[in-house]
Amino acid sequence: MQENKAVTNPPAIADSRAEAKQEYNITVYTENQIGLLNRIAIIFTRRKINIDSLNTSPSEIESIHRFNIVITEAEEVVRKLCRQIEKQVEVLKVYYHTNEDVIWQELALYKVSTDIIAEKVSVERLLRENGARAVVIRKDYTVFETTGHREETDQLIKILQPFGLIEFVRSARVAIIKNSDGFNRKLREFEQLEPGEDVFENEYLNKGEKVFTM
Amino acid sequence: MEVAQQEIITEPKKKETVEVSGSVALLEALIAEGTDTIFGYPGGAIMPIYDALYDYNDKLKHILVRHEQGGIHAGQGYARSSGRVGVVFATSGPGATNLITGLADAQIDSTPLVVITGQVFAHLLGTDAFQETDVINITTPVTKWNYQVTDATEIPEVLAKAFHIAKTGRPGPVLIDITKNAQIQKFAYEGYVPCNHIRSYRPKPIVRHTYIEQAAALINAAKKPFILWGQGIILGSAELEFKAFIEKSGIPAAWTILGAGVIPTDHELNVGMLGMHGNYGPNVLTNECDVLIAIGMRFDDRVTGRLDKYAKQAKVIHLDIDPAEIDKNVKSTVPVWGDCKETLPLLTQLVDQKKHTEWLNLFRDYEQKEIDAVIHTELNPTSGEMTMGEVINQLNILTHGEAIIVTDVGQHQMVACRYAKLNHTRSNVTSGGLGTMGFALPAAIGAKFGAPERAVVAIIGDGGFQMTIQELGTIMQSGVDVKIIILNNRFLGMVRQWQELFNQRRYSFVDIQSPDFVAVAAAYGIAGKCISDRADLPEALKQMLDNKGSFLLEVMVTKENNVFPMVPQGCSVSEIRLK
Repeated sequence: MQENKAVTNPPAIADSRAEAKQEYNITVYTENQIGLLNRIAIIFTRRKINIDSLNTSPSEIESIHRFNIVITEAEEVVRKLCRQIEKQVEVLKVYYHTNEDVIWQELALYKVSTDIIAEKVSVERLLRENGARAVVIRKDYTVFETTGHREETDQLIKILQPFGLIEFVRSARVAIIKNSDGFNRKLREFEQLEPGEDVFENEYLNKGEKVFTM
Repeated sequence: MEVAQQEIITEPKKKETVEVSGSVALLEALIAEGTDTIFGYPGGAIMPIYDALYDYNDKLKHILVRHEQGGIHAGQGYARSSGRVGVVFATSGPGATNLITGLADAQIDSTPLVVITGQVFAHLLGTDAFQETDVINITTPVTKWNYQVTDATEIPEVLAKAFHIAKTGRPGPVLIDITKNAQIQKFAYEGYVPCNHIRSYRPKPIVRHTYIEQAAALINAAKKPFILWGQGIILGSAELEFKAFIEKSGIPAAWTILGAGVIPTDHELNVGMLGMHGNYGPNVLTNECDVLIAIGMRFDDRVTGRLDKYAKQAKVIHLDIDPAEIDKNVKSTVPVWGDCKETLPLLTQLVDQKKHTEWLNLFRDYEQKEIDAVIHTELNPTSGEMTMGEVINQLNILTHGEAIIVTDVGQHQMVACRYAKLNHTRSNVTSGGLGTMGFALPAAIGAKFGAPERAVVAIIGDGGFQMTIQELGTIMQSGVDVKIIILNNRFLGMVRQWQELFNQRRYSFVDIQSPDFVAVAAAYGIAGKCISDRADLPEALKQMLDNKGSFLLEVMVTKENNVFPMVPQGCSVSEIRLK
């Protein structure tokens, strides 16, 4: 979590076999409970697995929080981790997806000296080419903002570095699942004493032939 | 939650309320949950609860232990023998940190506990106050759930959740840390409402009938099916359902050490113990069966040996209440998620009535080989020093398998689990997953309180006994009747065995000296005897069992005996060694 490995070492997605490591986006719906972040984090640290990115914030449903966790692991490992997370009392539901299955963004802020940037750079071109915008313009400094994938936000660092980039910060990844109906209906099922079948999705359910051969 | 409760207080509702302290609300919750015994140790930060307890002496029995580790192991013993939730009290700081081993043990062995720790005043949290420790964070990895209460109004609801979580689904330990101000604070108490639903917590997966059907089809087509069962059956109170299933399907069945006793030792389909020091047949034939049916067990590495050579030829049916256990270690062909009390009867309905005589006889052939190579000499030696096995064998003759056997960890544990005759469920209390030396003495005390009508025999090594020897004080003060057998080989025997077999007999710090155990017991007012002569064994065991009150019997056994069979670490179960 402390280091962004992917910045210097982008993950290899070339090999799509099940055992190959790749980035996985883990989405966790939870109650808003003190200590739950730790309970979830130690599931990774116990197995010496680095969290590449972690975002947690209130979801679209009041009182329900959503975690987005990114790790680089084999699917087998990710599946086991997700089951361990879902086992926690205050966790409602866990999903995991490859990068292909989600739309994701990271937000980045860049602080530069207004003098230098105004003098030496065509700011208009810079903003347009990098999909960035100026958030604050002061006499002494200017803050640009951009959103995008890691490579895109990295690209703007490279561009601004020669002009005395003063400070840079990047958010964790947030990801929307392409194939998802949201969580509202599912939550209603959770609130019932006798849940519907959907609450416990069995990964084998739709793969009957694959797991059962005589 | 706080807001909701306060509304109730300020609005003059029709509900009757009484003004009570957080401590009283806690004790009322325990009584409402059916708690009769608390194992605990007082201290500064839990004093208001102990003050309230003073007036509850007639409703709640408190057993004063000698160390918090002893308290929590006693709670575990109570839970394991009774099937109820064990309740433990400890103070903040060192009181709480002394619980960690027991929490870890209960977590890995799925033992239902509600542990209450005192905590410093809420306004002192994070100030390094006297006896302040971050108990919630320290215990997070070793609890099923934990929660810090800082306001008394939370107590009834939090306790209700705690009991619900501890005992349902896959059981486990729950820790509730209560700050001192919340213990003292008075609030309008409306009575206790048990919890039966938490929206984010699903204790039981939904039973999928397709998998039951698929499992039954596999079982009906199998030529050499083999059942492995674990503690899940005991935790799910599904002993009768299990018996009906194996008796209809006629499938040989073997147990993990925590599963021992589900069916009697001498049941014709009980083919013995699994794992590193388990029986010969069950280990070897795991790699020859065609369908492996695992019920309420988690394929621990001590059971499977080398995973990539484990039952690769077999189709695997795995019944478990915890979805995280399915495919964790062994890939299942058919996963049967659910409570085995529900799934087993469904399966029994669909399986054919059968007898697998030839296949069962194969297990008996291996058993004969094991008897000839190992068991006969272990149980019936005629010369030399006594063996651990013959002590257990003599004990079986006297107890007829009716006693609860509590074991510590090491060679004596393996010998006791292998040879103890058990007629009933909840008769075997041992530290399986964590392997906690020092577990047996306090666990035996708890087991007796949990099942007062049954005889409790603790079998302990000379090393482990010295780890929690102080609990003799608990026996002295509570007057509990626990029979203690120390199998003294003057070594930390299991480590010595490994050093002999794998480290060229380099006996590194396994030579342990012991005090005069009988004299120590006598100092606590506990009767005792030490024997080293085979001829004295039956009489000494009889004297121990007939003694009114606790008794410590120290048996000097052969120093360098090894437990066999053995699956060496890193080997396949079919590479099990008989010597």
